[in-house]
Amino acid sequence: MPVRIQTKDFDAGAEMAALRRDNPKIGAVASFIGVCRDANDGAAVTKMTLEHYPGMTEKALESIVTEARGRWNIMDALIVHRVGELKPTDQIVLVVVTGAHRGEAFAACEFIMDYLKTRAPFWKREDTPQGARWVEARSSDDAAAEKW
Amino acid sequence: MKVKVLYLASLREQLGKPGEDLEIPHATSTVAGLRALLMARGGPWQTALAQGKALRVAVNQEMAQPATPVKPGDEVAFFPPVTGG
Repeated sequence: MPVRIQTKDFDAGAEMAALRRDNPKIGAVASFIGVCRDANDGAAVTKMTLEHYPGMTEKALESIVTEARGRWNIMDALIVHRVGELKPTDQIVLVVVTGAHRGEAFAACEFIMDYLKTRAPFWKREDTPQGARWVEARSSDDAAAEKW
Repeated sequence: MKVKVLYLASLREQLGKPGEDLEIPHATSTVAGLRALLMARGGPWQTALAQGKALRVAVNQEMAQPATPVKPGDEVAFFPPVTGG
């Protein structure tokens, strides 16, 4: 299954090994891990709560992977995204792409993240010393997705 | 016709409910029409769904546009721009 939503943490090394499955055709494994920071928009962040739209989230992520497969000659792709309560230093999201060569694996990995940021229905709520707040979408994320 | 409407993330908080089953006139056959119908409730509905507010809508779990048709039994979700990753 190329897409997973879960509350528990993930082991990036184990996920990459599972995706490679000792396939000798794979010459490149590109990956990205998004991590929870302790500050955002000038405020300290003590905790983050991620919610999503069950059903649509999986479909949206699967369609992003399908789109990446159509654009680049890649072998396989995996997205693991956590939901629920997270604290600074916790891993949030993992994207892994395998391919014969690094160029296509790197590009597809970045594309998947850029599209995920603007098209997958996840929302972050941060706890700060000034109270809880919903994270605002960034126009730089829209710009990043539009460059593809 | 009956439709299922969902309000997600900050919109759920502003509107005070996660969603509702609605009986809407057949004339309200687009996303824009449904949005206008909900806005007419006034108060937080008027402000949270106001034109110009950054708002996303999905019909049957696919991203939709104002002109996207709404049919009987559809699931229509209103939510703010996404912030995952």
